[in-house]
Amino acid sequence: MLEIVLQSLSSLLTPEHLIYLMLGVVLGLIIGVFPGLGGIAGLSLLLPFLYGMDEESALATLVGLVAVIPTSATFTSILMGIPGSSSSQATVLDGFPLAKQGQASRALGAAFSASLFGGILGAIILTFFVQIARPVILVFGSAELFMLAIFGLSMVGALSGKSLVKGMLSCGFGLIVGCIGAAPATGEFRMVYGVDYLFDGLPLVVIALAIFALPEISDLSRKGSSISQKAELGKGLYRGLKDLLQHKWLALRCSGLGTLIGAIPGMGGSVVDWIAYGHGVQSTRDKSNFGKGDIRGVIAPESANNAKEGGALVPTLLFGIPGSGSMAVFLGGMVLIGIEAGPSMVTSDINLTYTIIWSLAIANILGAGLAILLAKPMAQLTSIRFNLLTPFMIMVISFAAYQATRDMMDLWVLLIFGLIGIYMKRFGWSRPAFLIGFVLSQQAESYLNMAVQFYGWEMFLRPGVVIIILISLVSMYYSRKGAVDENSEHSGKKLKANYRFRPQLMFMVLLIVIALVSIFDSLKQSFLGGIFPLIIAGAMVPAGLWVFYFLLKRDPDQGVVFDSEQLDESPGGSVYSVVIWIGIYYLASQLFGFLIATLLFFVAFLALRAKTSILQTLTLTGVAVGVLLLFNYFLNLYMPEGYLFNLNFF
Amino acid sequence: MFFKYMWARLSSSGSKSLLLSTVAISLLAVLLIGCRQSSGALLTNGGEELFAGRTIEYIIPYKEGGGSDTWARFNATFLTRYLPGNPVVVVRNIPGGGSIKGANLYSQRASPDGLMILGTSGSTQLPYLLDDPRVKYTYQDWKVIAAYPNGGVVYCSPELDVSSIADLKNIDEKHRLMYASQGPTSLDIVPMLAFDLLGLDVKTVFGFRGRSAGRLAFERGEVLIDYQTSAGYLRNVLPLVEEGSAIPLWSWGVLDENRKLVRDPSFPDLPHFGEVYEQLTGKPTEGIEWDAWFALMSAGFGGMKLLVVPQETPEAIVEAYQQAFLAMRQDTEYIERKDRAIGLYTQEVGDQAEILFELATQISHEEKEWVKTWLRQRYDLNIP
Repeated sequence: MLEIVLQSLSSLLTPEHLIYLMLGVVLGLIIGVFPGLGGIAGLSLLLPFLYGMDEESALATLVGLVAVIPTSATFTSILMGIPGSSSSQATVLDGFPLAKQGQASRALGAAFSASLFGGILGAIILTFFVQIARPVILVFGSAELFMLAIFGLSMVGALSGKSLVKGMLSCGFGLIVGCIGAAPATGEFRMVYGVDYLFDGLPLVVIALAIFALPEISDLSRKGSSISQKAELGKGLYRGLKDLLQHKWLALRCSGLGTLIGAIPGMGGSVVDWIAYGHGVQSTRDKSNFGKGDIRGVIAPESANNAKEGGALVPTLLFGIPGSGSMAVFLGGMVLIGIEAGPSMVTSDINLTYTIIWSLAIANILGAGLAILLAKPMAQLTSIRFNLLTPFMIMVISFAAYQATRDMMDLWVLLIFGLIGIYMKRFGWSRPAFLIGFVLSQQAESYLNMAVQFYGWEMFLRPGVVIIILISLVSMYYSRKGAVDENSEHSGKKLKANYRFRPQLMFMVLLIVIALVSIFDSLKQSFLGGIFPLIIAGAMVPAGLWVFYFLLKRDPDQGVVFDSEQLDESPGGSVYSVVIWIGIYYLASQLFGFLIATLLFFVAFLALRAKTSILQTLTLTGVAVGVLLLFNYFLNLYMPEGYLFNLNFF
Repeated sequence: MFFKYMWARLSSSGSKSLLLSTVAISLLAVLLIGCRQSSGALLTNGGEELFAGRTIEYIIPYKEGGGSDTWARFNATFLTRYLPGNPVVVVRNIPGGGSIKGANLYSQRASPDGLMILGTSGSTQLPYLLDDPRVKYTYQDWKVIAAYPNGGVVYCSPELDVSSIADLKNIDEKHRLMYASQGPTSLDIVPMLAFDLLGLDVKTVFGFRGRSAGRLAFERGEVLIDYQTSAGYLRNVLPLVEEGSAIPLWSWGVLDENRKLVRDPSFPDLPHFGEVYEQLTGKPTEGIEWDAWFALMSAGFGGMKLLVVPQETPEAIVEAYQQAFLAMRQDTEYIERKDRAIGLYTQEVGDQAEILFELATQISHEEKEWVKTWLRQRYDLNIP
């Protein structure tokens, strides 16, 4: 075996291979910086060029690209509070508060060294694991996969903030939203109401951007100041590295976790970061700082998400089953190049497998190195007046959301769930809990259905299932010893004595109404098609009424009562102004197409809200339009078309 | 009120001129683009350089990375090479609604100039044949350029102790046959109906994502019978057959020039489904049940991938495409890469493509009603 490893290493370290790997890395870093674009977009725009390359160079480019996207997605997660990709969501929770405290460089330093660490460790684990991976993966049947989904859901306990009931309700809400579209057990369509867009369910990218990015943009734009309150930005990279060394065992565990979860087909990579984050919280004695800028909250998810990409390679290569969305495109790329995934990847083609695994490690080193070089200038972004960045952020997330299904509805869903996200943040409903529920909904339901049909009640006697149940119980126990509150920036502040409690009540009523809608819809379906949402929504209603009761009692000391708009020291400005701006922007897109709408939006926003000079306005607008055209023309990414014009240039 | 306020704000901040200049810029942009777009309509009458300087949009109603996408990207390269004028061919993926969205969009948008082509697949044909209310396209509006058939192989676990097809009739009680399906209206309708026609007691479990997920369930031992499309079978199941952990049963077969089902040339040793049907049921391959299955099989496999253009497209343009497909068959790079990239079958043009197109996109009223009734009775599924 050692011989094969060395042999593939030597073919790896040729200048040609390294150059193409570097090409992929640079491309990946650039794509990854834009939130929401991620691996799928990156790979898709690489696909047309792959054909002309020879096998080795094409593969190197592909691997380089896949490997570093979670690395550079960290930038926006930490600097702007906007999850850069579906695997950098958890980084926001502690990374962004650190940036606000002026410690952006430290957070980035820790994140990149953790990425590097995770990427390399993942490759080392894979080198040995790949030989025994086939039987190990086959141990995970539908019953085990269902229990893994439950294990993922158990992380909600650690992330539900001050009120566990509200956390569970958020999660239930996420589960129900995840039920929209075809029922896995029967193929019946649920809660679609004749809207074509809903038949496929709501896209994760759109929901994640809506729930996390929009409320953040809205808040920052209101405050109008820069993100970082302190001036010293540049320092701290080295400190971040020291942080990693100090928490090396945590990083080690999270990398292992990331690799394994990535390797299990059907788990999907989107919860890896949350599980790692949850584990970070659970395994720490003093949890008080989590959510307020604990460096461990950055290290845990970042060491897991790079390791995950390596893990996800295993089912892709060995079974031809893509472990994640970007792996699906990766697999397509491999087929185009002429490499066939399958059992031969551990026998006759094992050297190819090792080449891929070790390319991944080297790409991680290159990627983290470049990212660290970029960290200092990028950290400066946090000192810019945010309203200069606001239109850019809005444009980029809108553009990225549109890539999800290339339908104007992507944008409207972004806006609607953005508004819901704003309310969830305002009233202290855990957004991570919602997202975990949303991500795991389909998975939990379809594996439950399969497991019941394949094994019946015996599924609970399977050793794998028992082990995962035990792990979940331990996880739940440790979660409740202190949950992370994403609203901790407000902790210590008190609600106004005469606070209006109607807004909170209204939101609670909205959730109950959504649960009722889901119940009515479920009753129209067949038993198998409706039972899952029926149970979830059925449990939500009494819990919701219970919360409703506490809200009515108006006791601000209760954990459930919270409204960040009505604290003693309230931020100024309207909550809705950014939402209205975005609404107008989308209306204009619907009419004139995205490009013209962006032009108008930038000029109007900068002149009226950011109050920039004419020169500044024109420059920034020019840059924005330039970026869009670049995406459109060179990267083959489409922009929303208007009723009146269609301005796609290729 | 609002406008007055806005205007006052504008005047006070001195942005009026700015607004005006923006309007001017956008008007200019619109004009520019208008010119670009209108120039697209001037396609000349089939000279040698028919597509010189043009960009062809190859619409694929599926996600990047899947089978249809790979098929399109593979062809795109050679279309550029062999279409007169060497146009740029861009694959545009419009996924959604299991390909319905992209096909709908195509039927609204495409003009008969050969600059926008659509690659359909089995799951574009099936909802059309079964009157899915979301379908707004009709194949009668389209003309076929090329057709690419596919096949599949059904295999089972050695646990079942099946050494010949006839043994399938006497599987013992202990082994409950289950099939991991993607859904009742997916391509899996072909195997599901096939099992029923043979009188096999197979329970269907839905919710699997992709055929490969079903194969994984087979490898885990959760299901004992499964099928894979030809490429998937060769790549991932044949190794299992060789090590003795899977037994091939039959292939779907392929459609010949007489519209008959014959053995798949990729699997000459395996009986096609028609043979198995005759052997196990003792009935000839005719009658409504068989015809209904045959129609679905043709849509799903026999004429799986169809490259189409609008019906009114001039003959010269269609011919140019057909010539390109004929020419690429001789290309050494094509020959070298084709089997691994898209599979073993021939990309048909001309008469055979017409036949496959016809078979894949037509179903008689009776057959359709029979399938709907079967779906209702067997899976409690109501299709209007």
